[in-house]
Amino acid sequence: MSTLVDDLLNQTRTAEQAKYTSKDFQSDQDVRWCPGCGDYSILAQTQRVMPDLGIPKHKVVFVSGIGCSSRFPYYMDTYGFHSIHGRATAIASGIKMARPDLSVWVVTGDGDGMSIGGNHLIHLLRRNLNIKVLLFNNQIYGLTKGQYSPTSELGKVTKSTPYGSIDYPFNPASLALGASSTFVARTMDRDPKHLQAILKRAADHRGTAFVEVYQNCNVFNDGAFFQFTEKESKDDNVVFLEDGKPLVFGKERDKGIRLNGFSPEVVSLKDGKWSVNDLLVHNEKDTTLSFILADMTYKPSLPRPVGIFLAINRPTYEEEMTRQISFAKEKRGEGDMSKLLNSGETWVIN
Amino acid sequence: MAEKTTQKLDEVTIRFAGDSGDGMQLTGTQFTNTTAILGNDLSTLPDYPAEIRAPQGTLFGVSGFQIHFGSTEINTPGDACDVLVAMNAAALKVNLRSLVDGGAIIVNTEGFNDRNLKLAGYQSNPLKDSSLSKYQVFEVDISKLTALALQDLNLSSKIADRSKNFFALGMMYWMYNRPVEPTVKWIQSKFSSKPEIMEANTRVLKAGWSYGETTEIFKVRYQVAAAKLPPGRYRNITGNQAAAWGLMAAAKKAKLELFLGSYPITPASDILHELSMYKHFGVKTFQAEDEIAGITSALGASFAGALGVTTTSGPGVALKTEALGLAVMVELPIVVCNIQRGGPSTGLPTKTEQADLLQALYGRNGEAPIPVIASSTPADCFDVAFEACRIALKYMTPVMFLSDGYLGNGSEPWLIPDFNKLPDISPKFRTEKDGFLPYLRDEATLSRPWAIPGTPGLEHRIGGLEKQHLTGNVNYEPQNHEFMVKLRTEKIERIANEIPPAEVEGDKKGDVLVVGWGSTYGAIKTAVERHRQKGNSVAHLHLKYLNPLPKNVGEILYNFKHVLVPEMNLGQLIKVLRAKYLVPAIGLNKVQGLPFMAVEIEKKIDEILKG
Ligand SMILES: Cc1ncc(C[n+]2csc(CCOP(=O)(O)OP(=O)(O)O)c2C)c(N)n1
Ligand code: SF4
Ligand SMILES: [Mg+2]
Repeated sequence: MSTLVDDLLNQTRTAEQAKYTSKDFQSDQDVRWCPGCGDYSILAQTQRVMPDLGIPKHKVVFVSGIGCSSRFPYYMDTYGFHSIHGRATAIASGIKMARPDLSVWVVTGDGDGMSIGGNHLIHLLRRNLNIKVLLFNNQIYGLTKGQYSPTSELGKVTKSTPYGSIDYPFNPASLALGASSTFVARTMDRDPKHLQAILKRAADHRGTAFVEVYQNCNVFNDGAFFQFTEKESKDDNVVFLEDGKPLVFGKERDKGIRLNGFSPEVVSLKDGKWSVNDLLVHNEKDTTLSFILADMTYKPSLPRPVGIFLAINRPTYEEEMTRQISFAKEKRGEGDMSKLLNSGETWVIN
Repeated sequence: MAEKTTQKLDEVTIRFAGDSGDGMQLTGTQFTNTTAILGNDLSTLPDYPAEIRAPQGTLFGVSGFQIHFGSTEINTPGDACDVLVAMNAAALKVNLRSLVDGGAIIVNTEGFNDRNLKLAGYQSNPLKDSSLSKYQVFEVDISKLTALALQDLNLSSKIADRSKNFFALGMMYWMYNRPVEPTVKWIQSKFSSKPEIMEANTRVLKAGWSYGETTEIFKVRYQVAAAKLPPGRYRNITGNQAAAWGLMAAAKKAKLELFLGSYPITPASDILHELSMYKHFGVKTFQAEDEIAGITSALGASFAGALGVTTTSGPGVALKTEALGLAVMVELPIVVCNIQRGGPSTGLPTKTEQADLLQALYGRNGEAPIPVIASSTPADCFDVAFEACRIALKYMTPVMFLSDGYLGNGSEPWLIPDFNKLPDISPKFRTEKDGFLPYLRDEATLSRPWAIPGTPGLEHRIGGLEKQHLTGNVNYEPQNHEFMVKLRTEKIERIANEIPPAEVEGDKKGDVLVVGWGSTYGAIKTAVERHRQKGNSVAHLHLKYLNPLPKNVGEILYNFKHVLVPEMNLGQLIKVLRAKYLVPAIGLNKVQGLPFMAVEIEKKIDEILKG
């Protein structure tokens, strides 16, 4: 049933066996993020991954809202649309519906995507248009110089919260799962390999792919994720999710996650009480499990889950839209405007 | 059989009124369609409450439908009605004030029981006291006659009673010499899956007609001959349907896919409903999560090479404002249709008003001019929607199309245009790589190239930040900004070079010029014609293009001693005219959620003439 859209996508992929390098995706504009900003790495990894996707670059569109992160499209030598605050997901939806053959990417921030644009984001996720959403989460409003954001932690002191934030933060992965997203992942600016792998998986996913990227804002929220990204602390604080594999972590790979009822808990693999066989095994297709894993996020006793929480298939919106149109054409014939104007009750005056 | 006489009429206005559950809109629409088929000219005014099913019998639950038809040219739904069909006491109470003295009232007596009288706030039964003595009252027990017609059908009394509007319709068909067949045909297709309802409605309709024929109550029937309309094939059409078809026709003539991003809102939803039916035309309709997504998805579709359209009413336009500014900045074609309703805020959702003109002209941050055009009659919505698309595509700009609830829901006979004769408005997508700059402009129109994703070698970025002239790169230089602001403004102003000059109906010089825009057309035209028949020097100028204004408007205004501007707002066009042409224009303003009556404008002209 979805052959029409498949064809379009396949054409996109194979029409031109373009051989690109990452340089081909660099525009002539000077990159203007603060030196040291995590956005640089995300840009570099994206440019590195693009040549491997086999999509001619004139078929690629990057759409963004407003924020530091949203400057991203200017630096990609593809089609680009830097729009208004929060609306990138809705603009991208229009692009994809009009042209299912295009490869459409959204770049958004934690404020852009989850505060002002929260509504459009959840509706895109449930509709499952084949759009890739990269949410740069720096847990702060960068462009407006450092107010707290919907992902800032409780108690965070910023310019707009001198007494500390009293807003409970969103967990982007749980939010996306709650909105019935078919692909939900988390990765980090300072782990280029992982970031690249996740971007590729997102690109390959047929449907909306939601990727939260931990991004360091070294000016207004420096080190927000250091315990997960820096060498000294990373291994003990992050558990990487790998499909079909048990959840093991720790510098010596000596700790694991076990399910106690529905609650994940950390167990030691050293003291002989538990072995790898007792650990929770990840399954990307298990929606229930995805909620449990995403829910580990803000629990201080648990390592931070990073990787792909869920990757399932559901028909995309544009497939269904294309299908309805071809069904209607089949059933009623190609619409004829003259006939329509003269249809129903008409009468002639001489 | 009772002795009947037939009387000829040039025109008549009938109002059907009942509970919002009584099917009055359906009754009115059926009467309208049949009347249109007979070749009468006509104009309609549906008038219904915002509540879907207000409590039965209450004043605020009354739903009405007025039709004015005749053998002469008909421009308004009629200032007052000659005949009022009242299905209950509340309907009578609410609508009596719109009945002419000496007019006819046909009542369903069952609707005047104690409960109904109490709900309508009547102390005594108006059918029994002498309060209706200046009217001709016809009492018919419609409910009982309906039940009688259906007694052998084994329907519950509740279901049977739902057919009673068809009894009223049948009676009116008899009285005005219209055939029942078109409605019978309609009933058959509408209720094909519910044979017993089909049978009931058909029977009751015919029973109503026969009742007219046999009863002693009605002594006179009326004959309204066909109107002398220009020759050709006609259909009846509402403004919203005409707008939908105009958009579709434009997309076809532009060889583009039509994409509608929209969020439901009264009175604009019917355009979304209508367009959703035409998937076989390749029309893509998207019911977005809100109005912002409605316009931004349309803008995205336009970026990708479709004809992006969004439809809404005033509150929705308020939400679309920021995205409209973006469309101005990225210079992509989209059409925003505002089917205006009473405001501010939620205001009067089902009533009409034209108070969004200043919002359309100026309601954005920054200097963000956009073309604004307005339709003046229901059928005109087709042409104006088409024109909005043409301008958007040619000038690469968002365009605001203003209609209103009265036009959107109202209907009139329409001389069906020859689709093949509509102009080709297809844009040229840029494909040439050499010399491509995203903001390099056409010398005549100043529009920028439309280079859509998928075109090799034309990869480029657009956005809401100020653009550098030609390259479109982000640029904050003071001189460049001022230059770009002026350039965008000039682009819109240049549209005036090609739009037709405004035309005055009546003398080109004289005492009073009545200037209007939008749905006041029919009322102004009627009022002006009445004065002209009396030999007064009065003329009518109706503006379709509100931004930019046609170049000759100033000249026209200066040729009259007085300028009168009737508007269904507190004076919005008048502000523009005063500011731009420095004329001491006089306002006539009505904000009751109802269209002007011709007589209101006629009186004001009188006052001005008398000085
Ligand atoms: C309608 C509107 N409101 C407010 C702003 C101001 N504004 C620009 S970016 C931003 C927050 C951006 O935060 P985030 O999305 O987290 O992006 P970051 O800069 O952190 O990458 C705000 C409030 C705006 N541009 N538009
Ligand atoms: S303010 Fe923060 S997020 Fe923005 S560019 Fe600078 S470092 Fe990056
Ligand atoms: Mg941020």
